[in-house]
Amino acid sequence: MDNQLDITPERDEDFDILVLGIGNLLWADEGFGIRVVEEMHRRYRFPDPVRLMDGGTQGLYLVQYVKACRRLLVFDAIDYGEPPGTMKLVRDEEVPRFMGVKKMSLHQTGFQEVISAAELLGWEPEAMALIGVQAEELEDWGGSLRKGTKARIPQAIEEGLKVLAEWGVQAQEREEPPATGLLRFDLDIAGYEAGRTAILESL
Amino acid sequence: MSITTPNGFNLDNSGRRVVVDPVTRIEGHLRIEVNVDEDNVIRNAVSTGTIWRGLELILRGRDPRDAWAFVQRICGVCTGTHALTSVRAVEDALGIDIPENANSIRNIMQLCLYVHDHIVHFYHLHALDWVDVVSALNADPRATSALAQSISSWPLSSPGYFRDLQTRLRKFVESGQLGPFKNGYWGHPAYKLPPEANLMAVAHYLEALDFQKDLVKIHAVYGGKNPHPNWLVGGVPCAINLDGTGAVGAVNMERLNLVSSIIDRTIAFTEQVYLPDLIAIGGFYKDWLHGGGLSSKNLLSYGDIPDRANDYSPANLMLPRGAIIDGKLTEIQDVDLTDPEQVQEFVGHSWYKYADESKGLHPWEGVTEPHYQLGPKAVGTKTDIKAVDEGAKYSWLKAPRWRGHAMEVGPLARYVIGYAQGNPEFKEPVDKLLRALDLPLEALFSTLGRTAARGLECEWAAQKMRYFQDKLIANLKAGDLHTANVGKWEPSTWARDVKGVGFTEAPRGALGHWIHIQNTKIANYQCVVPTTWNGSPRDLQGNIGAFEASLLDTPMHDPQQPLEILRTIHSFDPCLACSTHVMSPDGETTIVTVR
Repeated sequence: MDNQLDITPERDEDFDILVLGIGNLLWADEGFGIRVVEEMHRRYRFPDPVRLMDGGTQGLYLVQYVKACRRLLVFDAIDYGEPPGTMKLVRDEEVPRFMGVKKMSLHQTGFQEVISAAELLGWEPEAMALIGVQAEELEDWGGSLRKGTKARIPQAIEEGLKVLAEWGVQAQEREEPPATGLLRFDLDIAGYEAGRTAILESL
Repeated sequence: MSITTPNGFNLDNSGRRVVVDPVTRIEGHLRIEVNVDEDNVIRNAVSTGTIWRGLELILRGRDPRDAWAFVQRICGVCTGTHALTSVRAVEDALGIDIPENANSIRNIMQLCLYVHDHIVHFYHLHALDWVDVVSALNADPRATSALAQSISSWPLSSPGYFRDLQTRLRKFVESGQLGPFKNGYWGHPAYKLPPEANLMAVAHYLEALDFQKDLVKIHAVYGGKNPHPNWLVGGVPCAINLDGTGAVGAVNMERLNLVSSIIDRTIAFTEQVYLPDLIAIGGFYKDWLHGGGLSSKNLLSYGDIPDRANDYSPANLMLPRGAIIDGKLTEIQDVDLTDPEQVQEFVGHSWYKYADESKGLHPWEGVTEPHYQLGPKAVGTKTDIKAVDEGAKYSWLKAPRWRGHAMEVGPLARYVIGYAQGNPEFKEPVDKLLRALDLPLEALFSTLGRTAARGLECEWAAQKMRYFQDKLIANLKAGDLHTANVGKWEPSTWARDVKGVGFTEAPRGALGHWIHIQNTKIANYQCVVPTTWNGSPRDLQGNIGAFEASLLDTPMHDPQQPLEILRTIHSFDPCLACSTHVMSPDGETTIVTVR
């Protein structure tokens, strides 16, 4: 039983650290955050207080998970007007502000609101961090990450592990990938990209 | 110029043009342009979806058994409903029956989504169109407590509770981070609630936010996880073992009891918080009965919540199925989603191309070929539109029609159809609510009516969760533990070329997925989503869509602060992500341009 994934009925609020990928998998680089968490889970095992989550574009529906954690690490595609592929780490009160600076995608206002709604409910996080990458392409409906964006995944994971280490958590490298990934049903990056190639060839 | 549309609305586009963009508080992009006369009354309305999508571009060639996982990602709000619609479409195409337990569990999940979506819509997306959060700071906590206790027995109602809440709210507002409240037009004269009612509503805003965590546990129990619960063609992906112990694995009695207790709390919340709030807030707005639009004329519901498994006939659907045309409540027409003459999509005023645009296409024959061009009277450029030309193509939404008619879908459509059919489950709560507010039946056809129907439906859905949970447990105890039919799981058992249609009533209205499977892969997949019905542009005959019709004749206090437009459009619970791409990407606050 892989206990790091999502929220199951048995394990809905018993975590300390939430590692959350947000965005829409179907909009090219918008899927960056989720793809990072997917790969992180494929390569590493984490101790029990850590929960990895594919938050998708759930917006306000994520508030209870955010509220349940003490430390929040978010991965997302961001627009800070930098060259595509630029990565940036922001922390604590910078996080919500950062996500509201320039909204380019459908879910970001949503997530800024999630943080303030959680705070309105009394959430007082000990720490927050956002690792974002400057997206290159968001206009390709059904497409996957652009090459340059995809190439940032290992670096984003490394940054994320450093943050987690600061928070006292050591990831353990897996010997082989887990039987069940974060994403299934052909939404995993390999299945998603293979299907896309087939579609484009059929057109 | 003043004209009358074939569907009976007077339009005059000679006055000042006001553009509101974007209109939705949640995902998606919707732009509304209106013309107001010299008294700031809306005389022309134009609804533009500023985003496009073609699902066939992501689903063609994929395994039909995975389609639910993809459509679940279209939108952050309708996830489960799209998934359910998809598995039904595939089961229809392949002739797969599902076990009785799977039907009960799917209904519980769908009804849970109704409750969740309606509560979040009312308290977190729509209430701010009626509730002035900043005014709540002026409320007297003691008077707020007296008000709360006069309308409900809900225990969280002491003066101390409201005082604490007000302190928190003040701290929040004074910190300068209005957060979820930053988009309001606080102080606008169209807000009618006294400070105490505003404070009570803010308290329930927070309670509702907190209550979500219980609701999603139901999805986690039956869908195995949350967010993005699992679905399965042929049934549901959860095994059941009543005698199982411990916390891991199959759904056991302990889990079933957890769901039952959440359902009890859901019923209590809807009965003791949501409905009393609705009546209290409605009472202050009963003179504001604008926004009816198409609702007194043309309404459509596909129906949903099959009582017994695999029977999708109207008699077995607990949410009504039918169409009302020209306001004839005594003639409910049959709806058949496979009939090529009934549901059709037109693109005469949409940024798509058909070989012959005078004709509509049934979704099985659906084509999504973008064709972006502005009409001759449009102002601005393709990348920066100041005003669209509604005489030409002007929206990324297609125009769905039922037998050629523009239709309104959603909770109000379902309630009016159920009422007209004389079904006491819908008629009695409506009559009771109207009596409580001392309003005639015609008052239903309004923005407030739409909002009220959603609240009544939330309570209905909570009660029906209880019904299906009891039915499920009784069936399990009788020894039937089946949750999935895998007889046709292997593609080798499928016919070579088949079509199917799956339908649900999403919380915001009728939702259909039409699938064509060839050689075990998806050949075409078309979704017609509720916001495409409601947000529809004009057709070539000049019939206007539901959003457009709903805004006509509404007086605005100040076109620079278009609260009245937001209130009415939000009452449809629009969700444009389903219909979607970013054309004007900047600005998260509502931009109003007056010219």
